Amino acid sequence: MKIAVLTKAIPSYESSIRIDSSSTWIDESVVNFVVNESDSYALEEALQIKEKLDNGSEVVVVTMGSQDNTSKVLKDGLAKGADRAIFIQNEDSNTDPLSIAKLFSQNLKDENFDLVFSGLQSDDLGSGQTGVLIGELLGMSTATLGIETDIQDGKIKIKRELESGWFQWVTLPFPASVSIQSGINEPRYPSLKGIMGAKRKESKVIDGQLSDDPKQNFINLFVPKTEKATEKIEGDVDGIVAKLMDILKNKLRVIS
Amino acid sequence: MKFTDEHHALYKTVKEFGENEIKPFSEEWEKAGIYPAHEIFKKMGDLDLLGITKDPKYGGTGLDYSFSVVFAEALGHACNASAIMSIGVQTDMATPALDKYGSDLIKKEFLAPSISGDYVAALAVSEPNSGSDVASIKTSAKKDGDDYIINGQKMWITNATQADYFCVLVNTSNDSVHHNKSLIVVPSNTPGLSVGDKIDKIGMRASDTAPVYFDNVRVPQAYRIGEEGAGFTMQMKQFQEERLFLTASTLIAMENCIKDTIEYCTERKAFGKSILDNQVIHFRLAELQTELEALRALTYKACDRFVDGKDVTMLASMAKLKSGRLIREVTDSCLQYWGGMGFTTENPVSQQYRDGRLQSIGGGTDEIMLQIICKHMDTLPKK
Repeated sequence: MKIAVLTKAIPSYESSIRIDSSSTWIDESVVNFVVNESDSYALEEALQIKEKLDNGSEVVVVTMGSQDNTSKVLKDGLAKGADRAIFIQNEDSNTDPLSIAKLFSQNLKDENFDLVFSGLQSDDLGSGQTGVLIGELLGMSTATLGIETDIQDGKIKIKRELESGWFQWVTLPFPASVSIQSGINEPRYPSLKGIMGAKRKESKVIDGQLSDDPKQNFINLFVPKTEKATEKIEGDVDGIVAKLMDILKNKLRVIS
Repeated sequence: MKFTDEHHALYKTVKEFGENEIKPFSEEWEKAGIYPAHEIFKKMGDLDLLGITKDPKYGGTGLDYSFSVVFAEALGHACNASAIMSIGVQTDMATPALDKYGSDLIKKEFLAPSISGDYVAALAVSEPNSGSDVASIKTSAKKDGDDYIINGQKMWITNATQADYFCVLVNTSNDSVHHNKSLIVVPSNTPGLSVGDKIDKIGMRASDTAPVYFDNVRVPQAYRIGEEGAGFTMQMKQFQEERLFLTASTLIAMENCIKDTIEYCTERKAFGKSILDNQVIHFRLAELQTELEALRALTYKACDRFVDGKDVTMLASMAKLKSGRLIREVTDSCLQYWGGMGFTTENPVSQQYRDGRLQSIGGGTDEIMLQIICKHMDTLPKK
């Protein structure tokens, strides 16, 4: 079985983030990039499936972005046990999910993966669309919010997390694209021998160009202004209550 | 030291391991007076962290010592000096001589399971009347057929109650004190070997420290590490790694202490302003951070030379001396700025204050470090 795991390098929570001079992205030069959290769970799930099947299956980590930001992410995946890596090099700041999914799909198509795992969403942009769109573009069956997987009879059973404590089991034929929820397993630490062996594993670099007609753009990034203001309501009791109700309903919208 | 991607990746693995597998249990272990060495070592063995520089034939990774220094420094994120010291005993104090000079037999029997994390190792050198003065130890091993019969007592032995074996320095002849010693591996279940009660200490409370008694303990001569009579020299060489480990492993503790204090002093208000705004405090913290960076540079320099195969006895002793003094300065100054809170037991600064005090005593006292440095400077009084 061939399993692709999409991983994304995102700014570390510990980084001090500031907006760059274009006001449409962050200043990446002062940011430490790390593996997106839910992608770690997706990789662990893929590695566990490979180990359980024990039939020579292959796990491939795939990422896209700039060399500087993503090299550690790929090496981390290889050190944990992925067999090889595919790096789609792209310096574009286009963050349109459809453009990104198209670029991934073009470059993964010939690989004929049985499974494509992705994290539920990236912790920086939170679109949660890449895995689903790739599934559609490559004609794969698709599920989101996977919290348990089981391979049997040439299919994959996925336990999906719904709302209000509800779950759903779905069975998908291969090939399938599944987005994985955080917390479903315990991601392993890269062992020292894994770290030292990572540089000897195949890492394919592909130059990729995102669409020059994105369906989504950042127009302006800004830090929300925090303001403190006290509004004094005066008048008789009925007037104060009416005014307060109006604010709660229509301004703050905390009651309906 | 030049850090490669692999150094950084090792640092990340060790940092995350310490933060997830050790730090959350620190308080519980401190109260219990012990920590589960076998459990932690097995997890570390699975990640190849216990044999970084060791012979790959026995499960090690065979890397140079710069990776060990990175390992020791990153371990600081575990925020439990007891566990860190115990791990250091396993990797850099009880096993370097075994790795370098041990026979295939004892490497298979003791080194391999130490690297895999199945065995806990301890180093038994100090005695009730021979701490700093290693040459004056009294524990002896007399030949009897193919065996040695060991008698004596060892003191201040880290990992003692959990150890599967001890790397013991003994006198094996009546030659001069520098040529009559051997290192012998003694399994802890050997008849005649007994471990005394855990010693109640002011710090390092999660580390099990105890005396070890040898009463006609019979072990095969094949358990000796290297040549007979070479024990003192081997131990002195082994001390280089011990002292580099001890120094590197305190850097993050000091850094955290300064960071935590900055945070506390920012929040803490007195006379209408953060107490950090007092020049006496922010200047002092800047001084400490500067000293810390200087110590880090010294540690890295010693490591570089060690990797180049040079003798770093003097540099390692300087680093150990400085780390012992600096951690006392850092924790004492920081604790002062925490005021009453600093005098309570349940905050990281006071624990570092108690734990850090050992740095000037264990692994060779400050006074012994000074003596070694003076010897290399040729400034000791001439006889």
